Amino acid sequence: MTRRRIRGAVAVPALGVVGAVVFWGLSGLPSFGDYHGQYGRLINDVALPERHTTNAVTATVFDYRGLDTLGEEFILFAAVTGVVLLLRKSGRRGVDAAPKDRVTSDALRLFGMLALAGGVLVGLWLAAYGYVTPGGGFQGGVAIASAFALLYLAAGYRAFARRTSEEALDPLEATGAGGFAVVGLAALISGLPFLANLLGPGQPSTLFSGGSIAFVNWAAAIEVAAANTILFKAFLEQYIVPLAAARSRR
Amino acid sequence: MSWLLPLPVAIPLLAAAVVVATDHVAPRRLEDAVALVAAAAATAVSILIMLDTQRGAVLHWFGGWHPRGNLALGIGFVADPLGAGMAVLSTGLVTLALAYSWTYMREASRLFDTLMLVFCAATAGFSLTGDLFNMFVWFELMGVAAYALAGFKVEELGPVQGAVNFAITNTAGAYLILMGIGLLYARTGALNFAQLGQFLAARPVDRLVIVALTLVFVGFLVKAAIVPFHWWLADAHAVAPAPVCVLFSGAMVELGLFAVARIYWTVFSGTLHAHDGDVRSLLVWIGVVTALVGALMCFLQRHLKRLLAYSTIAHAGVMLVGIGLLGAKGLAGTANLVLSHGLVKGGLFLVAGLVLLRLKAIDELRLHGAGRGLPWEGALWLAGAVGLTGFPYVGVFLGHSLVDDEAGGRSFDWVPPLLMLAEAVAAGAVLRAGARVFLGWGPKRDELLTPEPEESPPEQRASVPLLIAVAAVTVGLGLLMSVVPGLEARTEHGAERFVDRPAYAARVLHDVVPPAPPRPPFTLRRATLQSWLYGIGATLIAFATAAVGLWYRRLPELFLGLVARGLGPPVRALRAAHSGIVGDYLLWLTIGTAVVGGVWAISLR
Amino acid sequence: MNFLAFGVAGWICLVGFYGAIVSENLIHLALCLTVIQSSTYVLLLSIGYRTGGGAPIFKGVKLGTTSVDPVVQALALTDVVISVTVIALILALALDAHNDAGTVDPDELAEFHG
Repeated sequence: MTRRRIRGAVAVPALGVVGAVVFWGLSGLPSFGDYHGQYGRLINDVALPERHTTNAVTATVFDYRGLDTLGEEFILFAAVTGVVLLLRKSGRRGVDAAPKDRVTSDALRLFGMLALAGGVLVGLWLAAYGYVTPGGGFQGGVAIASAFALLYLAAGYRAFARRTSEEALDPLEATGAGGFAVVGLAALISGLPFLANLLGPGQPSTLFSGGSIAFVNWAAAIEVAAANTILFKAFLEQYIVPLAAARSRR
Repeated sequence: MSWLLPLPVAIPLLAAAVVVATDHVAPRRLEDAVALVAAAAATAVSILIMLDTQRGAVLHWFGGWHPRGNLALGIGFVADPLGAGMAVLSTGLVTLALAYSWTYMREASRLFDTLMLVFCAATAGFSLTGDLFNMFVWFELMGVAAYALAGFKVEELGPVQGAVNFAITNTAGAYLILMGIGLLYARTGALNFAQLGQFLAARPVDRLVIVALTLVFVGFLVKAAIVPFHWWLADAHAVAPAPVCVLFSGAMVELGLFAVARIYWTVFSGTLHAHDGDVRSLLVWIGVVTALVGALMCFLQRHLKRLLAYSTIAHAGVMLVGIGLLGAKGLAGTANLVLSHGLVKGGLFLVAGLVLLRLKAIDELRLHGAGRGLPWEGALWLAGAVGLTGFPYVGVFLGHSLVDDEAGGRSFDWVPPLLMLAEAVAAGAVLRAGARVFLGWGPKRDELLTPEPEESPPEQRASVPLLIAVAAVTVGLGLLMSVVPGLEARTEHGAERFVDRPAYAARVLHDVVPPAPPRPPFTLRRATLQSWLYGIGATLIAFATAAVGLWYRRLPELFLGLVARGLGPPVRALRAAHSGIVGDYLLWLTIGTAVVGGVWAISLR
Repeated sequence: MNFLAFGVAGWICLVGFYGAIVSENLIHLALCLTVIQSSTYVLLLSIGYRTGGGAPIFKGVKLGTTSVDPVVQALALTDVVISVTVIALILALALDAHNDAGTVDPDELAEFHG
């Protein structure tokens, strides 16, 4: 009996007991659909009148519980720093060590670029109107980063690497993360609580609504887009560069 | 002075962003300086906040969203003396670690500084927050920075193992916490501590509350390295760079315990008041077991940092007993323990880092006698070890005596002797290691101790006087913690406010400001005879343990044979259980959750 | 009394834990953690559901119409970001394990033990 099999055998009854306790506890929950919490209802009722924001979720994320989002932004920031730290020794040798991969299919190049442009536009729109319609800074940022990754498919690794260099993306990421903190501090310096609204609430259902929600929304979008691109590139580099080295040795 | 509250969080975060933004244009030294200044500023602001909280809790509602009626609309920071004190300790340790790293960590310093600053901000936010989900966010931020810092020396397999075990077990614990938060939110519709407490106090305990209690506590106890969730700590400490270990042992583990205390008192104490005996006995039992297991494993180590890590586990057990006794005095004892232990243990890790740098090894047996030429390091190590024994008026004495007092007051008379034994054995192991390394006593071979892989020493030339100075300041501050005038009175007073749930809720939700209390006198503790006896007894046992550890081969054969036959199998089993394999650790997490959940499901109903 | 959603959340969590305990591969382990994390999403979002409620977006929708809870959606959003980051770190460590030791089997990474 290998160690792993013994572990599996012991895990089943242990998980059974934990499951029994957890299901017992879950049965004390109000029935599905029977939610009566006041917090959510209050925010639904006041987000539009007080902040002129039609998307209550974004209002919660960036305003009522904005401090959570500040922490979350920096979690992403720290994780990207951590990944770069952990992958720093794994044989990165810069753009020149990358394979000379040319994308030979014209269809791939054309449609790839079209998809990239479309994706980035959709991402920008999601981010921009995040506090009016469904969407938000995070969602838009992830869409932009995912679309940008198509550049690798459409134009090859070298083109991708050149446009996602550290010198370009690190300041962008830091501006997004730091921008959030700066908006908060600006309020503090003006004598208001941290992250309080400095601008007027604006016209509901338009881009000029929500006050400082717009700024932190964009800060989040920029940071998330930059951070996800750095992550994708860091992992892609780990695959591409050794592959190229192996190929050149053969 | 409520505007001060966001600053210990905002300043380090902004500094981290600046360090990353200017990396390709600014010189390395400038970035190191920015990091050090930011951490020092956070510490200074935390001290100001702590002084301000002496007269009453300080609140800051983010976004300007004040509570409406009984409902907290936004996230609030609620600073009280113990919380602010925790913020001071953790930001202060980051400052000391960054000062040490100024010359100790040359490689990848931008990334290192960024992660340390983020850790600093997260610990400050964690200590000051009044919102459950916000506490979880800072918990995760602290964790993410810590996982990466643990794996710093990524070219060796050991750090990868340590970081993997650390990340996976703590993440599993975090998911348990999140499930518990979900359950509490479903019941109460609230995320603010005061509001949660008010809602739950008005109703009797039911199954959902019991399971939420289990999940949230287990998750935080994983971070606090309490048996049977403690396996990751030694693996992570053995491989992380010395300044990082300072933060792990001095702040991170203690914050897990702080969360247990804060959440119990503000959220659950009202509704569990009738059942607090059951909660108390389980927590005290787990604490005592942790202390004993930590002490025993500590004695069996030769890798200096792993030895110190198990000593931290032993002390974490004692701290949990202080909290688990569910009384103000015990809580004050834990607060003092956290303070003194954090500084002394931090200083010991800094000395270990010096040893690695100068003697190129971290294994006690390999270093036999090699430290004879390092008088400063030897003196600091010995002083730190004595600080951990609990000798009267040195180091951890104050915290220990307060915990003992509370245990006696609640008829847990069997607890103080066991805690004394655990702390003494752990400190004795530290003394033994110091004697072997710095004095050359004892044999060069010892089959009792587990061999571990060596750590590669830092490559660069470092300024040794600066390193010794920082280590000396840290150990010195820790040793002095039992003789700070007025500290005992202030921590007791802070603990009394910490456990007063109705007053907390009234202050947070309805702005009811209680009258400012009179300022306590600046006196020292009048130690009871019992404290003196326990303190001196612990020191004697520690020295005896060190002597036995060094010269046990001189004991009579018959006696050794009997001990080997009796203690051999359990010790071997315990050692085998610390397998270094993350699947085993997750299995223990599951078993532990099953036990805690099962016991409380039956006894709290 | 409908508890299916919560039961699903609990079941997913248990399955994820079992997979993590018997995992042979760090990347598989990271994905098991993702599974456990999915159970927290299901739990959180199910808790906030209100029967007959629409999305909490009020553009063109009258204020006061029944909507689901926006707070749990915000919590789930934060949860997603947290999980992405931790999984990224564990995957980076898996890569390092492969580079250092040629294996990603957690059972074979036990350099420090005892």
